[in-house]
Amino acid sequence: MNTGGGFSDFLQFIFMGLQRGSIYALVAMGFNIIYNSTGLINFAQGEFVVLGGLMMVTLTMTLSLPMPVAFVITVLFVMIMGILMERLTINPVKSPSVMRLIIITIAVSIIIKGLAMIFWGKESHFMRHFSSEETFEIFGATILPQTLWIIGILVLVVICFILFFNYTMTGKSMRACAINRDAARLTGINDRNMVMLSFALSAGIGAIAGIIITPIIQMDYARGALLGLKGFGAAVVGGLGNSLGAVVAGILLGVIEALGGGYISSHYMDAMALLIMLVVLFIRPSGIFGSVEASRLKEF
Amino acid sequence: MLRLVNVNSYYGLVHVLKNVSLHVDKGETVTLIGANGAGKTTTLRSISGLHSVKEGKIEFEGNDITGLRAEKLVRLGIAQVPEGRQIFRPMTVFENLELGGNLIFKMHGKKQMKAGIDEMFDLFPILKERQEQYAGTLSGGEQQMLAIAMALMCRPRLLLLDEPSMGLAPLIVKEIFKTISRLKEDSDLTVLLVEQNANAALKIADRGYVMETGKIILEEEANALMKNQEVKRAYLGKDQREIWEK
Ligand SMILES: Nc1ncnc2c1ncn2[C@@H]1O[C@H](COP(=O)(O)OP(=O)(O)OP(=O)(O)O)[C@@H](O)[C@H]1O
Ligand SMILES: [Mg+2]
Repeated sequence: MNTGGGFSDFLQFIFMGLQRGSIYALVAMGFNIIYNSTGLINFAQGEFVVLGGLMMVTLTMTLSLPMPVAFVITVLFVMIMGILMERLTINPVKSPSVMRLIIITIAVSIIIKGLAMIFWGKESHFMRHFSSEETFEIFGATILPQTLWIIGILVLVVICFILFFNYTMTGKSMRACAINRDAARLTGINDRNMVMLSFALSAGIGAIAGIIITPIIQMDYARGALLGLKGFGAAVVGGLGNSLGAVVAGILLGVIEALGGGYISSHYMDAMALLIMLVVLFIRPSGIFGSVEASRLKEF
Repeated sequence: MLRLVNVNSYYGLVHVLKNVSLHVDKGETVTLIGANGAGKTTTLRSISGLHSVKEGKIEFEGNDITGLRAEKLVRLGIAQVPEGRQIFRPMTVFENLELGGNLIFKMHGKKQMKAGIDEMFDLFPILKERQEQYAGTLSGGEQQMLAIAMALMCRPRLLLLDEPSMGLAPLIVKEIFKTISRLKEDSDLTVLLVEQNANAALKIADRGYVMETGKIILEEEANALMKNQEVKRAYLGKDQREIWEK
Protein backbone atom coordinates (compact mmCIF):
# COMPACT_ATOMS: atom_id res chain seq x y z
CA MET A 1 0.00 0.00 0.00
CA ASN A 2 2.89 2.41 0.67
CA THR A 3 6.00 2.41 -1.55
CA GLY A 4 4.89 -0.75 -3.35
CA GLY A 5 1.56 0.94 -4.12
CA GLY A 6 3.39 3.92 -5.53
CA PHE A 7 5.43 1.75 -7.81
CA SER A 8 2.52 -0.37 -8.98
CA ASP A 9 0.58 2.80 -9.80
CA PHE A 10 3.51 4.06 -11.76
CA LEU A 11 3.79 0.78 -13.64
CA GLN A 12 0.08 0.88 -14.33
CA PHE A 13 0.41 4.34 -15.88
CA ILE A 14 3.41 3.25 -17.91
CA PHE A 15 1.51 0.35 -19.45
CA MET A 16 -1.44 2.60 -20.09
CA GLY A 17 0.93 5.06 -21.74
CA LEU A 18 2.59 2.39 -23.87
CA GLN A 19 -0.82 1.29 -25.05
CA ARG A 20 -1.92 4.79 -26.05
CA GLY A 21 1.50 5.60 -27.37
CA SER A 22 1.56 2.56 -29.64
CA ILE A 23 -1.55 3.80 -31.35
CA TYR A 24 -0.15 7.32 -31.74
CA ALA A 25 3.04 5.82 -33.11
CA LEU A 26 1.16 3.81 -35.73
CA VAL A 27 -0.93 6.79 -36.79
CA ALA A 28 2.18 8.94 -36.95
CA MET A 29 3.96 6.38 -39.13
CA GLY A 30 0.98 6.54 -41.46
CA PHE A 31 1.28 10.32 -41.68
CA ASN A 32 4.97 10.07 -42.43
CA ILE A 33 4.68 7.55 -45.24
CA ILE A 34 2.39 9.83 -47.21
CA TYR A 35 4.28 12.94 -46.18
CA ASN A 36 7.53 11.49 -47.48
CA SER A 37 6.16 10.47 -50.83
CA THR A 38 4.05 13.56 -51.51
CA GLY A 39 4.86 16.31 -49.01
CA LEU A 40 1.23 16.13 -47.87
CA ILE A 41 -0.36 15.90 -44.48
CA ASN A 42 -3.18 13.46 -45.06
CA PHE A 43 -6.06 14.65 -42.94
CA ALA A 44 -7.92 11.43 -43.63
CA GLN A 45 -5.33 9.43 -41.68
CA GLY A 46 -7.55 9.20 -38.61
CA GLU A 47 -10.39 7.96 -40.79
CA PHE A 48 -8.29 4.97 -41.85
CA VAL A 49 -8.04 4.07 -38.18
CA VAL A 50 -11.79 4.34 -37.73
CA LEU A 51 -12.48 2.28 -40.86
CA GLY A 52 -10.10 -0.38 -39.61
CA GLY A 53 -11.80 -0.56 -36.25
CA LEU A 54 -15.36 -0.57 -37.57
CA MET A 55 -14.70 -3.07 -40.32
CA MET A 56 -13.07 -5.38 -37.81
CA VAL A 57 -16.11 -5.06 -35.56
CA THR A 58 -18.41 -6.09 -38.38
CA LEU A 59 -16.27 -9.03 -39.44
CA THR A 60 -15.69 -10.44 -35.98
CA MET A 61 -18.84 -9.53 -34.09
CA THR A 62 -21.52 -9.62 -36.80
CA LEU A 63 -20.05 -12.16 -39.22
CA SER A 64 -18.16 -14.09 -36.50
CA LEU A 65 -15.07 -14.57 -38.62
CA PRO A 66 -11.98 -15.81 -36.79
CA MET A 67 -9.69 -12.98 -35.61
CA PRO A 68 -6.73 -13.59 -37.93
CA VAL A 69 -8.93 -13.85 -41.02
CA ALA A 70 -10.86 -10.73 -40.07
CA PHE A 71 -7.58 -8.94 -39.39
CA VAL A 72 -6.23 -9.63 -42.86
CA ILE A 73 -9.48 -8.79 -44.63
CA THR A 74 -9.83 -5.54 -42.71
CA VAL A 75 -6.31 -4.40 -43.47
CA LEU A 76 -6.75 -5.22 -47.15
CA PHE A 77 -10.10 -3.44 -47.22
CA VAL A 78 -8.68 -0.24 -45.76
CA MET A 79 -5.64 -0.45 -48.04
CA ILE A 80 -8.00 -0.57 -50.99
CA MET A 81 -9.77 2.49 -49.59
CA GLY A 82 -6.38 4.21 -49.44
CA ILE A 83 -5.67 3.27 -53.04
CA LEU A 84 -9.10 4.48 -54.13
CA MET A 85 -8.53 7.74 -52.32
CA GLU A 86 -5.25 8.28 -54.15
CA ARG A 87 -6.50 7.23 -57.57
CA LEU A 88 -9.78 9.14 -57.40
CA THR A 89 -8.85 12.30 -55.55
CA ILE A 90 -5.10 12.86 -55.56
CA ASN A 91 -3.79 11.41 -58.80
CA PRO A 92 -6.21 13.16 -61.20
CA VAL A 93 -5.39 16.66 -59.92
CA LYS A 94 -3.91 18.51 -62.88
CA SER A 95 -1.69 21.05 -61.17
CA PRO A 96 -1.13 19.61 -57.73
CA SER A 97 -0.02 22.16 -55.16
CA VAL A 98 0.47 20.89 -51.64
CA MET A 99 -2.22 23.24 -50.32
CA ARG A 100 -4.74 22.07 -52.88
CA LEU A 101 -4.07 18.42 -52.11
CA ILE A 102 -4.26 18.92 -48.36
CA ILE A 103 -7.68 20.50 -48.77
CA ILE A 104 -8.68 17.46 -50.82
CA THR A 105 -7.61 15.17 -47.99
CA ILE A 106 -9.80 17.18 -45.61
CA ALA A 107 -12.71 16.70 -47.98
CA VAL A 108 -12.01 12.98 -48.19
CA SER A 109 -11.92 12.70 -44.41
CA ILE A 110 -15.35 14.32 -44.20
CA ILE A 111 -16.71 11.96 -46.84
CA ILE A 112 -15.29 8.85 -45.17
CA LYS A 113 -16.65 9.99 -41.84
CA GLY A 114 -20.09 10.50 -43.39
CA LEU A 115 -20.04 7.09 -45.05
CA ALA A 116 -18.90 5.44 -41.83
CA MET A 117 -21.81 7.06 -40.03
CA ILE A 118 -24.25 5.78 -42.64
CA PHE A 119 -22.91 2.21 -42.55
CA TRP A 120 -22.13 1.83 -38.87
CA GLY A 121 -24.41 4.38 -37.24
CA LYS A 122 -23.50 6.84 -34.52
CA GLU A 123 -23.14 4.45 -31.61
CA SER A 124 -19.91 2.97 -30.28
CA HIS A 125 -19.16 -0.61 -31.20
CA PHE A 126 -17.93 -3.29 -28.87
CA MET A 127 -15.40 -5.79 -29.97
CA ARG A 128 -14.02 -8.93 -28.41
CA HIS A 129 -10.43 -8.77 -27.19
CA PHE A 130 -7.87 -10.73 -29.19
CA SER A 131 -7.40 -13.21 -26.37
CA SER A 132 -8.63 -13.43 -22.79
CA GLU A 133 -10.17 -10.34 -21.21
CA GLU A 134 -8.94 -11.43 -17.76
CA THR A 135 -6.41 -9.01 -16.37
CA PHE A 136 -3.25 -10.26 -14.74
CA GLU A 137 -0.84 -8.61 -12.36
CA ILE A 138 2.75 -7.58 -12.80
CA PHE A 139 4.28 -6.05 -9.65
CA GLY A 140 0.85 -4.97 -8.53
CA ALA A 141 -0.17 -3.35 -11.81
CA THR A 142 -3.22 -4.87 -13.49
CA ILE A 143 -2.64 -5.46 -17.17
CA LEU A 144 -5.01 -6.49 -19.94
CA PRO A 145 -3.66 -9.06 -22.39
CA GLN A 146 -4.90 -6.74 -25.15
CA THR A 147 -2.37 -4.15 -23.98
CA LEU A 148 0.38 -6.64 -24.68
CA TRP A 149 -1.14 -7.43 -28.06
CA ILE A 150 -1.06 -3.72 -28.90
CA ILE A 151 2.55 -3.27 -27.87
CA GLY A 152 3.57 -6.51 -29.57
CA ILE A 153 1.87 -5.60 -32.83
CA LEU A 154 3.51 -2.18 -32.82
CA VAL A 155 6.90 -3.87 -32.46
CA LEU A 156 6.03 -6.24 -35.30
CA VAL A 157 4.88 -3.43 -37.57
CA VAL A 158 8.04 -1.45 -36.88
CA ILE A 159 10.19 -4.48 -37.70
CA CYS A 160 8.31 -5.13 -40.94
CA PHE A 161 8.57 -1.47 -41.76
CA ILE A 162 12.34 -1.44 -41.33
CA LEU A 163 12.74 -4.64 -43.34
CA PHE A 164 10.51 -3.34 -46.12
CA PHE A 165 12.21 0.02 -46.52
CA ASN A 166 15.74 -1.28 -46.19
CA TYR A 167 15.76 -4.70 -47.79
CA THR A 168 13.21 -4.79 -50.60
CA MET A 169 13.56 -3.14 -53.97
CA THR A 170 10.08 -1.66 -53.72
CA GLY A 171 10.84 -0.19 -50.31
CA LYS A 172 14.10 1.25 -51.52
CA SER A 173 12.36 2.64 -54.58
CA MET A 174 9.88 4.41 -52.33
CA ARG A 175 12.70 5.89 -50.31
CA ALA A 176 14.48 6.94 -53.47
CA CYS A 177 11.33 8.68 -54.67
CA ALA A 178 11.06 10.53 -51.37
CA ILE A 179 14.70 11.59 -51.43
CA ASN A 180 14.86 12.77 -55.02
CA ARG A 181 11.88 12.24 -57.22
CA ASP A 182 13.47 13.24 -60.53
CA ALA A 183 16.50 11.06 -59.97
CA ALA A 184 14.22 8.16 -59.04
CA ARG A 185 12.18 8.60 -62.20
CA LEU A 186 15.37 8.61 -64.25
CA THR A 187 16.13 5.12 -62.97
CA GLY A 188 12.74 4.00 -64.22
CA ILE A 189 10.82 4.15 -60.95
CA ASN A 190 7.22 5.14 -61.52
CA ASP A 191 6.70 7.89 -58.98
CA ARG A 192 2.93 7.84 -59.31
CA ASN A 193 2.80 4.17 -58.40
CA MET A 194 4.99 4.89 -55.41
CA VAL A 195 2.55 7.57 -54.28
CA MET A 196 -0.32 5.11 -54.64
CA LEU A 197 1.62 2.52 -52.70
CA SER A 198 2.31 5.02 -49.95
CA PHE A 199 -1.43 5.61 -49.58
CA ALA A 200 -2.00 1.87 -49.44
CA LEU A 201 0.67 1.32 -46.80
CA SER A 202 -0.40 4.29 -44.78
CA ALA A 203 -4.02 3.12 -44.85
CA GLY A 204 -2.93 -0.38 -43.87
CA ILE A 205 -0.97 0.86 -40.86
CA GLY A 206 -3.92 3.07 -39.88
CA ALA A 207 -6.21 0.04 -40.12
CA ILE A 208 -3.94 -1.98 -37.85
CA ALA A 209 -4.04 0.80 -35.26
CA GLY A 210 -7.84 0.83 -35.44
CA ILE A 211 -8.11 -2.94 -35.18
CA ILE A 212 -5.96 -3.30 -32.10
CA ILE A 213 -7.38 -0.37 -30.16
CA THR A 214 -11.07 -1.00 -30.80
CA PRO A 215 -11.49 -3.70 -28.12
CA ILE A 216 -10.32 -1.10 -25.59
CA ILE A 217 -11.92 2.16 -26.70
CA GLN A 218 -15.02 0.94 -28.54
CA MET A 219 -14.85 2.54 -31.97
CA ASP A 220 -17.37 4.99 -33.34
CA TYR A 221 -17.44 6.92 -36.62
CA ALA A 222 -16.28 10.21 -35.13
CA ARG A 223 -13.07 9.05 -33.46
CA GLY A 224 -10.85 9.81 -36.41
CA ALA A 225 -10.21 13.48 -35.78
CA LEU A 226 -8.78 13.13 -32.28
CA LEU A 227 -6.77 10.00 -33.11
CA GLY A 228 -5.46 11.75 -36.19
CA LEU A 229 -4.55 14.83 -34.21
CA LYS A 230 -2.63 12.87 -31.59
CA GLY A 231 -0.83 10.90 -34.25
CA PHE A 232 -0.02 14.11 -36.06
CA GLY A 233 1.37 15.50 -32.82
CA ALA A 234 3.63 12.48 -32.54
CA ALA A 235 4.73 12.86 -36.15
CA VAL A 236 5.60 16.51 -35.61
CA VAL A 237 7.38 15.91 -32.32
CA GLY A 238 9.35 13.07 -33.87
CA GLY A 239 10.33 15.26 -36.79
CA LEU A 240 7.93 15.16 -39.73
CA GLY A 241 8.96 12.44 -42.15
CA ASN A 242 11.11 10.54 -39.67
CA SER A 243 9.18 7.39 -38.90
CA LEU A 244 11.39 5.93 -36.21
CA GLY A 245 11.34 9.34 -34.56
CA ALA A 246 7.57 9.16 -34.79
CA VAL A 247 7.50 5.82 -32.99
CA VAL A 248 9.63 7.13 -30.14
CA ALA A 249 7.64 10.36 -29.98
CA GLY A 250 4.34 8.49 -30.10
CA ILE A 251 5.32 6.26 -27.19
CA LEU A 252 6.67 9.24 -25.29
CA LEU A 253 3.49 11.20 -25.88
CA GLY A 254 1.36 8.30 -24.71
CA VAL A 255 3.42 7.77 -21.58
CA ILE A 256 3.49 11.46 -20.69
CA GLU A 257 -0.26 11.64 -21.21
CA ALA A 258 -0.85 8.67 -18.97
CA LEU A 259 1.48 9.92 -16.26
CA GLY A 260 -0.02 13.41 -16.47
CA GLY A 261 -3.50 11.96 -16.39
CA GLY A 262 -2.62 9.77 -13.43
CA TYR A 263 -0.69 12.21 -11.28
CA ILE A 264 -2.07 15.60 -12.31
CA SER A 265 -5.57 15.39 -13.68
CA SER A 266 -7.27 13.11 -16.14
CA HIS A 267 -9.28 16.07 -17.47
CA TYR A 268 -6.26 17.41 -19.24
CA MET A 269 -5.10 14.12 -20.71
CA ASP A 270 -6.11 14.94 -24.26
CA ALA A 271 -4.79 18.46 -24.06
CA MET A 272 -1.43 17.17 -22.88
CA ALA A 273 -0.39 15.87 -26.30
CA LEU A 274 -1.15 19.16 -27.97
CA LEU A 275 0.64 21.10 -25.27
CA ILE A 276 3.74 18.97 -25.74
CA MET A 277 3.51 19.43 -29.48
CA LEU A 278 3.33 23.21 -29.14
CA VAL A 279 6.22 23.35 -26.71
CA VAL A 280 8.38 21.21 -28.99
CA LEU A 281 7.47 23.32 -31.97
CA PHE A 282 8.48 26.47 -30.09
CA ILE A 283 11.80 25.08 -29.00
CA ARG A 284 12.69 22.87 -31.95
CA PRO A 285 10.55 23.53 -35.00
CA SER A 286 12.00 20.54 -36.81
CA GLY A 287 10.98 18.12 -34.04
CA ILE A 288 13.06 16.37 -31.41
CA PHE A 289 14.64 13.92 -33.78
CA GLY A 290 14.60 15.98 -36.92
CA SER A 291 17.55 18.23 -37.54
CA VAL A 292 17.06 21.04 -40.02
CA GLU A 293 19.35 19.08 -42.29
CA ALA A 294 17.19 16.00 -41.94
CA SER A 295 14.01 17.88 -42.65
CA ARG A 296 15.46 18.76 -45.98
CA LEU A 297 16.54 15.16 -46.57
CA LYS A 298 13.23 13.42 -46.46
CA GLU A 299 13.59 9.82 -45.39
CA PHE A 300 11.17 7.22 -44.19
CA MET B 1 18.69 8.04 -83.52
CA LEU B 2 17.45 11.10 -81.68
CA ARG B 3 15.79 14.00 -83.42
CA LEU B 4 14.27 17.15 -81.99
CA VAL B 5 12.09 19.19 -84.33
CA ASN B 6 11.17 22.75 -83.37
CA VAL B 7 10.87 21.98 -79.69
CA ASN B 8 9.43 24.70 -77.46
CA SER B 9 9.46 24.46 -73.68
CA TYR B 10 8.26 26.79 -71.00
CA TYR B 11 8.61 27.29 -67.26
CA GLY B 12 5.24 28.77 -66.50
CA LEU B 13 5.02 31.68 -68.91
CA VAL B 14 8.76 31.93 -69.48
CA HIS B 15 9.64 30.69 -72.94
CA VAL B 16 12.90 28.80 -72.44
CA LEU B 17 13.42 26.62 -75.53
CA LYS B 18 12.67 28.39 -78.77
CA ASN B 19 12.31 26.12 -81.79
CA VAL B 20 15.19 23.88 -80.84
CA SER B 21 16.03 21.36 -83.52
CA LEU B 22 18.91 18.96 -83.28
CA HIS B 23 19.74 15.39 -84.03
CA VAL B 24 22.14 12.75 -82.80
CA ASP B 25 23.04 9.80 -85.01
CA LYS B 26 23.67 6.31 -83.77
CA GLY B 27 27.12 5.90 -82.27
CA GLU B 28 27.87 9.61 -82.27
CA THR B 29 29.01 11.79 -79.42
CA VAL B 30 27.36 15.16 -79.75
CA THR B 31 27.97 18.03 -77.41
CA LEU B 32 25.69 20.93 -76.62
CA ILE B 33 27.55 23.93 -75.31
CA GLY B 34 26.38 27.34 -74.18
CA ALA B 35 26.50 29.86 -71.38
CA ASN B 36 24.65 29.70 -68.07
CA GLY B 37 20.93 29.80 -68.50
CA ALA B 38 21.04 29.10 -72.23
CA GLY B 39 18.61 26.21 -71.84
CA LYS B 40 20.91 23.21 -72.08
CA THR B 41 19.54 21.48 -69.02
CA THR B 42 16.01 22.20 -70.14
CA THR B 43 16.80 20.60 -73.48
CA LEU B 44 18.00 17.42 -71.80
CA ARG B 45 15.07 17.35 -69.41
CA SER B 46 12.72 17.74 -72.34
CA ILE B 47 14.34 14.77 -74.07
CA SER B 48 14.34 12.57 -70.99
CA GLY B 49 10.72 13.35 -70.22
CA LEU B 50 11.25 15.17 -66.94
CA HIS B 51 10.03 18.41 -68.48
CA SER B 52 7.05 18.50 -70.75
CA VAL B 53 7.35 19.97 -74.21
CA LYS B 54 4.77 22.51 -75.28
CA GLU B 55 5.26 22.35 -79.04
CA GLY B 56 7.45 20.36 -81.36
CA LYS B 57 8.37 16.78 -81.73
CA ILE B 58 10.98 14.43 -80.32
CA GLU B 59 11.80 11.20 -82.10
CA PHE B 60 13.89 8.33 -80.79
CA GLU B 61 14.89 5.45 -83.05
CA GLY B 62 12.17 6.49 -85.45
CA ASN B 63 9.38 6.58 -82.87
CA ASP B 64 7.61 9.69 -81.67
CA ILE B 65 8.40 9.97 -77.96
CA THR B 66 7.03 13.47 -77.37
CA GLY B 67 5.17 13.62 -74.09
CA LEU B 68 6.24 10.24 -72.76
CA ARG B 69 7.12 10.21 -69.08
CA ALA B 70 10.70 9.81 -67.90
CA GLU B 71 10.22 6.40 -66.30
CA LYS B 72 8.86 5.11 -69.61
CA LEU B 73 11.70 6.56 -71.65
CA VAL B 74 14.31 4.83 -69.50
CA ARG B 75 12.75 1.55 -70.55
CA LEU B 76 13.08 2.59 -74.18
CA GLY B 77 16.82 3.14 -73.73
CA ILE B 78 17.35 6.79 -72.82
CA ALA B 79 19.22 7.48 -69.59
CA GLN B 80 20.09 10.88 -68.22
CA VAL B 81 22.81 11.83 -65.80
CA PRO B 82 21.24 14.96 -64.39
CA GLU B 83 23.03 18.18 -63.55
CA GLY B 84 24.56 18.42 -60.10
CA ARG B 85 25.07 14.75 -59.21
CA GLN B 86 21.55 13.78 -58.32
CA ILE B 87 22.31 10.69 -56.32
CA PHE B 88 20.43 9.37 -53.31
CA ARG B 89 22.67 10.90 -50.69
CA PRO B 90 21.27 9.23 -47.55
CA MET B 91 21.65 5.79 -49.12
CA THR B 92 24.79 3.73 -49.58
CA VAL B 93 26.70 3.57 -52.83
CA PHE B 94 25.58 -0.02 -53.26
CA GLU B 95 21.92 0.87 -52.72
CA ASN B 96 22.26 3.67 -55.25
CA LEU B 97 23.55 1.21 -57.81
CA GLU B 98 20.78 -1.24 -56.97
CA LEU B 99 18.24 1.48 -57.62
CA GLY B 100 19.95 2.29 -60.88
CA GLY B 101 19.49 -1.38 -61.69
CA ASN B 102 15.89 -1.67 -60.58
CA LEU B 103 14.73 -2.16 -64.16
CA ILE B 104 17.17 -5.02 -64.70
CA PHE B 105 15.98 -6.41 -61.37
CA LYS B 106 12.37 -6.29 -62.50
CA MET B 107 13.02 -7.76 -65.92
CA HIS B 108 15.88 -10.20 -65.39
CA GLY B 109 16.12 -10.75 -61.65
CA LYS B 110 18.61 -10.18 -58.91
CA LYS B 111 21.51 -12.10 -60.45
CA GLN B 112 21.57 -9.92 -63.53
CA MET B 113 21.38 -6.82 -61.41
CA LYS B 114 24.34 -7.95 -59.32
CA ALA B 115 26.25 -8.69 -62.51
CA GLY B 116 25.48 -5.18 -63.70
CA ILE B 117 26.78 -3.72 -60.46
CA ASP B 118 29.98 -5.74 -60.82
CA GLU B 119 30.45 -4.30 -64.30
CA MET B 120 30.19 -0.83 -62.78
CA PHE B 121 32.75 -1.77 -60.16
CA ASP B 122 35.10 -2.77 -62.96
CA LEU B 123 34.49 0.53 -64.69
CA PHE B 124 34.83 2.62 -61.53
CA PRO B 125 36.95 0.62 -59.05
CA ILE B 126 36.69 3.40 -56.49
CA LEU B 127 32.97 2.73 -56.15
CA LYS B 128 33.70 -0.84 -55.17
CA GLU B 129 35.89 0.35 -52.32
CA ARG B 130 33.21 2.78 -51.20
CA GLN B 131 30.18 0.56 -51.68
CA GLU B 132 29.07 0.58 -48.04
CA GLN B 133 29.60 4.31 -47.64
CA TYR B 134 26.71 6.79 -47.78
CA ALA B 135 26.62 8.37 -51.20
CA GLY B 136 26.42 11.85 -49.67
CA THR B 137 29.84 11.37 -48.10
CA LEU B 138 31.59 10.66 -51.40
CA SER B 139 33.85 13.28 -52.95
CA GLY B 140 32.46 15.28 -55.85
CA GLY B 141 34.28 13.21 -58.43
CA GLU B 142 33.16 9.95 -56.87
CA GLN B 143 29.59 11.20 -56.74
CA GLN B 144 29.74 12.02 -60.43
CA MET B 145 31.08 8.57 -61.18
CA LEU B 146 28.26 7.07 -59.14
CA ALA B 147 25.70 9.16 -61.00
CA ILE B 148 27.10 7.96 -64.33
CA ALA B 149 27.21 4.37 -63.11
CA MET B 150 23.57 4.61 -62.03
CA ALA B 151 22.57 5.81 -65.48
CA LEU B 152 24.61 3.05 -67.13
CA MET B 153 22.84 0.50 -64.94
CA CYS B 154 19.72 1.33 -66.96
CA ARG B 155 21.54 -0.20 -69.99
CA PRO B 156 20.86 2.82 -72.18
CA ARG B 157 21.47 3.16 -75.89
CA LEU B 158 21.41 6.94 -75.59
CA LEU B 159 23.15 8.59 -72.67
CA LEU B 160 22.37 12.20 -71.82
CA LEU B 161 25.09 13.79 -69.72
CA ASP B 162 24.53 17.16 -68.08
CA GLU B 163 27.76 18.91 -67.16
CA PRO B 164 29.64 15.94 -65.75
CA SER B 165 32.68 18.18 -65.24
CA MET B 166 30.93 20.73 -63.05
CA GLY B 167 33.01 21.67 -60.03
CA LEU B 168 35.59 18.94 -60.54
CA ALA B 169 39.37 19.16 -60.72
CA PRO B 170 40.79 18.91 -64.26
CA LEU B 171 42.39 15.57 -63.53
CA ILE B 172 39.09 14.02 -62.47
CA VAL B 173 37.34 15.56 -65.47
CA LYS B 174 39.94 13.94 -67.69
CA GLU B 175 39.36 10.59 -66.04
CA ILE B 176 35.60 10.81 -66.41
CA PHE B 177 35.81 11.83 -70.04
CA LYS B 178 38.26 9.02 -70.69
CA THR B 179 35.78 6.58 -69.20
CA ILE B 180 33.05 7.91 -71.44
CA SER B 181 35.24 7.51 -74.51
CA ARG B 182 36.14 4.00 -73.48
CA LEU B 183 32.52 3.08 -72.91
CA LYS B 184 31.76 4.19 -76.42
CA GLU B 185 34.46 1.98 -77.85
CA ASP B 186 33.26 -1.04 -75.91
CA SER B 187 29.57 -0.67 -76.66
CA ASP B 188 27.40 1.05 -79.22
CA LEU B 189 26.49 3.86 -76.88
CA THR B 190 25.35 7.19 -78.26
CA VAL B 191 26.07 10.25 -76.17
CA LEU B 192 24.60 13.73 -75.95
CA LEU B 193 26.89 15.73 -73.72
CA VAL B 194 26.03 19.13 -72.26
CA GLU B 195 29.06 21.07 -71.13
CA GLN B 196 30.33 24.47 -70.13
CA ASN B 197 33.83 23.06 -70.33
CA ALA B 198 33.77 23.36 -74.11
CA ASN B 199 37.39 22.45 -74.59
CA ALA B 200 37.11 19.08 -72.93
CA ALA B 201 33.75 18.35 -74.50
CA LEU B 202 34.82 19.19 -78.05
CA LYS B 203 37.84 16.95 -77.67
CA ILE B 204 35.74 13.83 -77.28
CA ALA B 205 32.77 14.89 -79.40
CA ASP B 206 32.15 14.25 -83.07
CA ARG B 207 29.81 17.14 -83.50
CA GLY B 208 28.64 20.09 -81.47
CA TYR B 209 25.77 22.53 -81.12
CA VAL B 210 26.04 25.96 -79.57
CA MET B 211 23.06 27.27 -77.71
CA GLU B 212 22.27 30.83 -76.75
CA THR B 213 19.18 32.05 -74.86
CA GLY B 214 17.08 29.09 -75.84
CA LYS B 215 18.09 28.90 -79.48
CA ILE B 216 20.58 26.74 -81.33
CA ILE B 217 22.85 29.24 -83.06
CA LEU B 218 25.54 27.00 -84.48
CA GLU B 219 26.06 23.42 -85.52
CA GLU B 220 29.38 22.05 -86.75
CA GLU B 221 31.89 19.26 -86.57
CA ALA B 222 33.73 19.34 -83.27
CA ASN B 223 37.06 20.18 -84.92
CA ALA B 224 35.56 23.08 -86.77
CA LEU B 225 33.86 24.40 -83.67
CA MET B 226 37.13 24.30 -81.80
CA LYS B 227 38.66 26.58 -84.39
CA ASN B 228 35.61 28.81 -84.69
CA GLN B 229 36.61 32.35 -83.66
CA GLU B 230 33.26 33.09 -82.09
CA VAL B 231 33.33 29.96 -79.94
CA LYS B 232 36.96 30.48 -79.08
CA ARG B 233 36.32 34.00 -77.88
CA ALA B 234 33.29 33.06 -75.83
CA TYR B 235 34.95 30.13 -74.14
CA LEU B 236 38.46 31.44 -73.87
CA GLY B 237 36.97 34.39 -72.03
CA LYS B 238 35.39 31.99 -69.63
CA ASP B 239 38.56 29.99 -69.12
CA GLN B 240 40.58 33.10 -68.37
CA ARG B 241 38.02 34.24 -65.86
CA GLU B 242 38.34 30.92 -64.14
CA ILE B 243 42.09 31.30 -63.92
CA TRP B 244 41.66 34.70 -62.28
CA GLU B 245 39.28 33.35 -59.74
CA LYS B 246 41.78 30.81 -58.50
N1 LIG C 1 12.42 25.26 -62.54
C1 LIG C 1 12.53 26.43 -63.23
N2 LIG C 1 11.59 27.38 -63.08
C2 LIG C 1 11.67 28.55 -63.77
N3 LIG C 1 12.65 28.84 -64.60
C3 LIG C 1 13.63 27.95 -64.79
C4 LIG C 1 13.61 26.69 -64.11
N4 LIG C 1 14.70 25.99 -64.49
C5 LIG C 1 15.35 26.77 -65.36
N5 LIG C 1 14.72 27.95 -65.56
C6 LIG C 1 15.15 29.02 -66.45
O1 LIG C 1 15.27 28.52 -67.74
C7 LIG C 1 16.42 29.04 -68.38
C8 LIG C 1 17.28 27.92 -68.90
O2 LIG C 1 17.75 27.16 -67.79
P1 LIG C 1 18.64 25.88 -67.96
O3 LIG C 1 18.79 25.28 -66.62
O4 LIG C 1 18.10 25.02 -69.03
O5 LIG C 1 20.03 26.50 -68.42
P2 LIG C 1 21.43 25.82 -68.63
O6 LIG C 1 21.83 26.12 -70.01
O7 LIG C 1 21.39 24.41 -68.24
O8 LIG C 1 22.34 26.63 -67.63
P3 LIG C 1 23.58 26.15 -66.74
O9 LIG C 1 24.74 26.07 -67.64
O10 LIG C 1 23.74 27.23 -65.74
O11 LIG C 1 23.21 24.85 -66.15
C9 LIG C 1 17.10 29.93 -67.35
O12 LIG C 1 16.77 31.26 -67.66
C10 LIG C 1 16.50 29.53 -66.05
O13 LIG C 1 16.40 30.63 -65.19
MG1 LIG D 1 22.27 23.32 -66.80
